[in-house]
Amino acid sequence: MKIRRLGIGAIALAAASALALSGCASGSSDSSTGSSSAVITANGSEPQNPLIPTNTNETGGGRIIDSIFAGLEYYDATGAPQLDVAESIETDDSQTFTIKIKPDLTFTNGDPVDAQSFVDAWQYGALLSNEQLNSYFFEDIEGFSYDEDSPLTGLKVVDPTTFTVTLKEPRADFPLRLGYSAFYPLPKSAYDDMDAFGQNPIGNGPYKLASADAWQHNEKIDLVVNDEYKGGRKPANGGVTFVFYASQDAAYADLLGGNLDVLDAVPDSAFGTYESDLGDRAVNQPAAVFQSFTIPERLAHFGNDEEGKLRRAALSMAINRDEITDVIFQGTRTPASDFTSPVIDGWSDSLEGADVLKYNADEAKKLWAQADAISPWSGTFQIAYNADGGHQGWVDAVSNSIKNTLGIDASGAPYPTFAEQRTAITDRSIQTAFRTGWQADYPGLFNFLGPLYATNASSNDGDYSNPDFDALLQAGSKTTDTEEANGDFQKAQEILLKDLPAIPLWYSNVTGGYSESVSDVDFGWNSVPLYYAVTKS
Amino acid sequence: MAGYIFRRILQAIPVLLGTTFLIYFMVFAMPGDPLLALFGDKTPNPALLERLRQEYHLDQPFIVQYFLYLGGIFRGDFGTSFSGEPVSAILARTFPVTIRLAIMALFIEFVGGVIIGLVSGLRKGKLFDASALVISLIFISLPIFVIAFVAQFIFGIQLGWARTTVSTGAPIQDLILPAFVLASITFAQIVRLTRSSVIETQSLDFVRTAYSKGLSRRRIIPVHILRNSLIPVVTYAATDFGVLLVGATVTEGIFNVPGVGRTLYQAIIRGEGPTVVSFVTVMVLIYLVVNLVVDLLYGLLDPRIRYVK
Repeated sequence: MKIRRLGIGAIALAAASALALSGCASGSSDSSTGSSSAVITANGSEPQNPLIPTNTNETGGGRIIDSIFAGLEYYDATGAPQLDVAESIETDDSQTFTIKIKPDLTFTNGDPVDAQSFVDAWQYGALLSNEQLNSYFFEDIEGFSYDEDSPLTGLKVVDPTTFTVTLKEPRADFPLRLGYSAFYPLPKSAYDDMDAFGQNPIGNGPYKLASADAWQHNEKIDLVVNDEYKGGRKPANGGVTFVFYASQDAAYADLLGGNLDVLDAVPDSAFGTYESDLGDRAVNQPAAVFQSFTIPERLAHFGNDEEGKLRRAALSMAINRDEITDVIFQGTRTPASDFTSPVIDGWSDSLEGADVLKYNADEAKKLWAQADAISPWSGTFQIAYNADGGHQGWVDAVSNSIKNTLGIDASGAPYPTFAEQRTAITDRSIQTAFRTGWQADYPGLFNFLGPLYATNASSNDGDYSNPDFDALLQAGSKTTDTEEANGDFQKAQEILLKDLPAIPLWYSNVTGGYSESVSDVDFGWNSVPLYYAVTKS
Repeated sequence: MAGYIFRRILQAIPVLLGTTFLIYFMVFAMPGDPLLALFGDKTPNPALLERLRQEYHLDQPFIVQYFLYLGGIFRGDFGTSFSGEPVSAILARTFPVTIRLAIMALFIEFVGGVIIGLVSGLRKGKLFDASALVISLIFISLPIFVIAFVAQFIFGIQLGWARTTVSTGAPIQDLILPAFVLASITFAQIVRLTRSSVIETQSLDFVRTAYSKGLSRRRIIPVHILRNSLIPVVTYAATDFGVLLVGATVTEGIFNVPGVGRTLYQAIIRGEGPTVVSFVTVMVLIYLVVNLVVDLLYGLLDPRIRYVK
């Protein structure tokens, strides 16, 4: 219904009111029925992209995709992969994988979930001209190209329930990645009209869309249980309704007001009060989000040499992380002790050289003085951030900590918007240090290291390069033994602790809460609640 | 009269063209690449980025983008949001909600404001007048987000009289609280405007004549005083209706109303050019129409102002 031109005088008002009132009287029909079939309500946000697994890279759409699709694996509460559609994933050399899937599985429209449905979906996701935001997930598979449309020659269907994957080079953690949404299968009918599919997706997961128009843009999406689903994520409730909020404050008010069951993001304004508001229904635990600031090597005084290393170490030791996470974040961040996250298998808080992440004013001054002896410092140390993301508080606190400890000028350098900051970082025009954050795509150490610090890696915004580090990453990727691989990745991190391409700050915690009417609320490794396990009375 | 309206509508065309051009230019000049922001902290592959740029015509010069957009509008195509929804569908979904909220707020502020303003004016200097003045002063000086948060906390969370936020479909009972919040500030303005206007009218010759003719107060107050006092109030309320129609970003955000203000805010944050420009275009259209209605209302209320020729 489009806005109509108003008539004259009072008639206009009357007419317009009748028009508006009739226009959108679909109303709400909140059906709260019995216990195990009760629908839980959870906060979400309007998906930024159509609901296609290979094109969804943000949490608003991600939590919906994860609920309505089932991949080869899913991640349990600890982040460990569990087989979902797959029966087995086997390899001898970490380069060729044989994947067997369970027989007789179907999508909710009756299309079979078979080897072909996976291979076709991956081919679709990887093809350059399909412009899928998650296409980089397929870059390790043989045949992948960023420059032209080229099929993934590494994918071969052996029989209806078996296919093989050949990678360009060994990647030990490839099976670990297969729980990510980019690797979900698609039904045959999707390819007829991908745009329509993106508005009304058909999956094979624990939930399905309640109806063809279940996605009410900017308002909510209704999911109901998919009885056909046979995997390990059997829903303990009758469905999930994701209500889309424009602000976290509104979602939090709804939780307190009893209109929302599960909330996975407490607004900054409630950090001081949410634990007393919610009591034992408050959630505050580390998440797979790593925060840092990156100092590009091209900045004067911060090159990959003796002076640069001294200055980086001095800056790192000049930051009082305990105090800042306590005062600015009220304990909703955990001071970093490495470059990954405590929720990831292989994380360690006792890496060699991790002392550099501890506040040590005397040592910081000493190192800075040594660097000054090589080449005297002048000017202001600046950390760029986007002003639309609530970063000013901690950037100012970090700057002050540096200023007070080292006795140099330090300040924040705000960019008005996130888009502006990313543009300056990507085209390398930024001439200061800048805030960086990383949320893992899958629960593995490599995902925190490879894309960020390997030579020429896609998100290596500081252009860091160290052959020893690259070699350790390679070694860790080749081995099929997880312990051994994690050992290599830890050694690689010890190099990072010396070079400090980015200064680790803290891990973001997931802060959330739930209402009195639900229980069994657990948060997954990726900070998203495990909706299927939630029970409602 | 018809000729006058026709001329006004003709005038609206260049205004509309000019504003879409300006808005489009401003969105275009907004620094930063919205596609990069789409990838979060991860840096996308340049080839993929180039493809996406072509799809949204972001690689074209400004003037080409503008005419592509304008051409689309004439074919009834307002473009698509990043999530794949046609902008026309977004417009059709959000404006009814905002119109409903605006009508409710307008009703509350106009009826409440005029009644209290009238009584205040008639009892100038009495206790009622003094307290109405103080209360309206408080409302005028409070920022709207304070009123909204306090109302949400007291009526939504503490007392549980209203839903804390608006549920799907924005039913009327959920919109009552946001409507009161929206109305609160303008309500105070209308009280003050009506009051001073009533006081002024009361001392005019024709009112004294009416009294000396022996007409009853019951006739003089509504017909002679109120009607003539309403001219500035109606103008003000109608203009305010225009303001309400283009969305109350703050209030809609706090109460999660799926209306124009909230949607536009999100589109600006995400840098969705087509959505922003389409919304603003419709907003300009609304302002133009509302202004026309206001001008016509003058003539209706005061026969001395006429649009002949």
